[in-house]
Amino acid sequence: MQQLVAVVIDGIIYSAWLFVAAVGLTLIYGVMKILNVAHGSFYALGAYAAASIAGALLAGGMPPMLSYAVLLGAALLVAIVLGPLIERGILRFMYARDEVVILLITYALFLILEDVIKLIWGVDPYFIAEPYGLLGSFDVADLTYPYYNLILVGVAIACGAGLAWTLTRTKTGKLLLAVIHDTEVSRAMGINVGRFYMVTFTFGSLLAAIGGAFTAPTVSVVPGLGVEVIVLSFAVVVIGGLGSLPGAALGAVIVGLVRSATIHYLPQAELFVIYLVMAMVLAFRPRGLFMLAEARKI
Amino acid sequence: MRPDRTPWVLGAILAVLLVVGPFAPLWVVFPVTIAIAKGLVALGLMILLRCGLVSFGQALYYCIGAYTAGMLGRVFELDGVFTLMLAGMAVAAATAYVLGFLLARYRGIFFGLLSLAFSMIFYGLLVKSETLGSTDGFNVLPSTLFGIRPADEWVRYAVLAAASSVAFVAALLVHRYLRTPLGSLAPAIKDNEIRVEYMGASARYAIHVKYVIAAALAGLGGGLAATTVGHIDPEMAYWTVSGEFVFITILAGTGNVIAPFLGALIFEGIRNVAFAVSPNTWQMVLGGALLAVIVFLPNGLWSLFRRGRAA
Amino acid sequence: MAAILDAKGLHKSFGAVVAASDITAEVAPDSVVGLIGTNGAGKTTFINMITGYLKPDRGRIHYEGRDITDLAPRDITRLGICRSFQIPQLYSSLSAYENMLIGLSVVMRNHGVGGFFSRGRPDVPGHGRPAEEVADDLLERFGLAEYRDKNAQVLPGGVRKLLDIALTMAAKPKVLLLDEPTSGVSAEEKFSIMEMIMKAVRAEGVTVLFVEHDMEVVSRFAERVLAFYDGRIIADAPPEVALNDREVRRFVVGGELHRLDEKRDGAHA
Repeated sequence: MQQLVAVVIDGIIYSAWLFVAAVGLTLIYGVMKILNVAHGSFYALGAYAAASIAGALLAGGMPPMLSYAVLLGAALLVAIVLGPLIERGILRFMYARDEVVILLITYALFLILEDVIKLIWGVDPYFIAEPYGLLGSFDVADLTYPYYNLILVGVAIACGAGLAWTLTRTKTGKLLLAVIHDTEVSRAMGINVGRFYMVTFTFGSLLAAIGGAFTAPTVSVVPGLGVEVIVLSFAVVVIGGLGSLPGAALGAVIVGLVRSATIHYLPQAELFVIYLVMAMVLAFRPRGLFMLAEARKI
Repeated sequence: MRPDRTPWVLGAILAVLLVVGPFAPLWVVFPVTIAIAKGLVALGLMILLRCGLVSFGQALYYCIGAYTAGMLGRVFELDGVFTLMLAGMAVAAATAYVLGFLLARYRGIFFGLLSLAFSMIFYGLLVKSETLGSTDGFNVLPSTLFGIRPADEWVRYAVLAAASSVAFVAALLVHRYLRTPLGSLAPAIKDNEIRVEYMGASARYAIHVKYVIAAALAGLGGGLAATTVGHIDPEMAYWTVSGEFVFITILAGTGNVIAPFLGALIFEGIRNVAFAVSPNTWQMVLGGALLAVIVFLPNGLWSLFRRGRAA
Repeated sequence: MAAILDAKGLHKSFGAVVAASDITAEVAPDSVVGLIGTNGAGKTTFINMITGYLKPDRGRIHYEGRDITDLAPRDITRLGICRSFQIPQLYSSLSAYENMLIGLSVVMRNHGVGGFFSRGRPDVPGHGRPAEEVADDLLERFGLAEYRDKNAQVLPGGVRKLLDIALTMAAKPKVLLLDEPTSGVSAEEKFSIMEMIMKAVRAEGVTVLFVEHDMEVVSRFAERVLAFYDGRIIADAPPEVALNDREVRRFVVGGELHRLDEKRDGAHA
């Protein structure tokens, strides 16, 4: 019983983390048809920016409670500086190219950003443990969890609900859906598609950076941090269906629970089980759980 | 029809490697051998890329080839360089034959993602298998050539000679294959599968065959890498390694069977030099090179050799 | 003479839409059949079912006495039923000549010629000459010689149609289904284009079924007309009979004349 509770709670926490890390990927793919390998780099950049800025401010005497705002601010800083730069500076010249070619371009960006991180922050690890321990912890069925985990879950829910609200309830969201549905017609109707792309890319990257920033207090921030996040978030969004927001949520919950269950019951399978689920979903629902295959007219 | 010079160029390259090899310093011989191993993998990816498919999981077969070679040494104490390479090739091809039934149905980004998933499954399995040394992997026995163990100073050259001979044969066979009706179907599959089907051919079958060939070449390369490096670990199946192979293939272009080897050599060259000069920015150099090739040479470096000629 | 193609009671529906309902038709070898009907009447569905792109919900299709209903398109093609498309299906990044070469190499492969171990340059089965020569000859016969080295992508619409048909001839079909071979061609050119196609195709005794909206073209080239309306065949007779049939005049020809009027009005406006 206690183990089952642990599985569920660990699974929820892990799902929340996965969702925040991956949802930006599905947003960018849904709007721009770019499978962004550099997504993991934004995650890592967010973590580094958060750890270094919050670390410096805390050392300078900032009240620890403000550090949560600093985590968010660090992520914003990363996305606002680099998002428009990469989209306007490089990606927008590539939209005519094949989906797979654009993926390779983002792979090149990933390689470059990996070293940008090393140039800015060096190769030594960064730690900021304060935000993690600050709130104390709570007990469930004799298991102890830091309250910080609830912040992660809250961030995930806020990101998901905020995105869903923006897409369905605001004018911008409706225009964005028009762009997704038919880029050419939208352009003809006078919608500034380029601006939508820039904002989408920046916002998607922001979500990755938030994922990294809020993970920073729970890990040591080291080079290569974003490398595994890339494949994990690929798995999450593929399971739900590339470009689907509810799909990303479902994918995150499935991967989160499956992983936490295997860690508790069958630790040898921990890593490969995620990709097994990914392969199984692709095998039986090639477009993911929330997407339908398109027929071709001849 | 233009005379086909490719076999002669391949033969000349082989001759140069065999003749110059004994005099080349170790710091040249080793990366060249590794480049041949990676070139074999890229050769297979080139066959797939010609029909518009990019596998982000080719490291699966590279790693299978390497572990097959390693296990044969560990369990059966086999150490013949050719035996190990061919065994790696066979196991990789057999695996691809089975997975191919599924993968041949996928196109575009989904082909890439499913192959990525398979390679990560294998990675996850290896990392957790204690008997295979989990994340540390294990060492591979020094290899022999036709039952003879070369003297220490000759081992590197022996492996290079074996590698270049095998790569020569593989490149010739692939060159020939690309000119068969099935091989030449690649651009047609890339352009219009409906027309392929309505000419009476099965795109799925053609892709399945190409997938197995590509895996066989990757297995060959993996077996070679295992004997060259003398150590194998699960990282060989990780997605970044697959990314490297795709990188080499794109860098090289699909114009000719020589291109992937050239691409691998240049890749290893850039990497070694950049790493020596500035260990913290070598990835940046590689990423910049990849961006430049995609933007300025959409058909890869090989297009530099084919100016003014139809691709 | 026994029918080369025999469709019996074909039925196909997409949800609530009935695209084909009880379609029965026999086609004699070495004949030319025109398929007429307004858009959505079921002509293309009929072609798609014969060539295996769609499987009928009910009914069987026999070709030379053999049941081909459940075969894949490629197997039907290999048996000798080829087709062209409303939207030409070409290898768009390759030149017209390369398109032909690839088509021919598929034919060679299907006959087990020119494989990995073969030597020299073998002849294409059925054509008796190496692929390079056959390719140029076919381009010539369809008036495509001047487009030989142009990318299929940049060719004008009518030329793409012809290349699409020339490609099917690489496989030496016995039955050829042409889906609107002259659409996208100006009214004046229709006759000469159709003349050329028929000459190239009929020289080899190929049975032809073609979809056409221009009734003058139909009555000139078809020996027999199948008129489609609402998923059914409402007339099956020689053109002079079928085109004067009361139902056909009301549901098909009338519609086509109306279309023609619209076009003329548009041109004058």
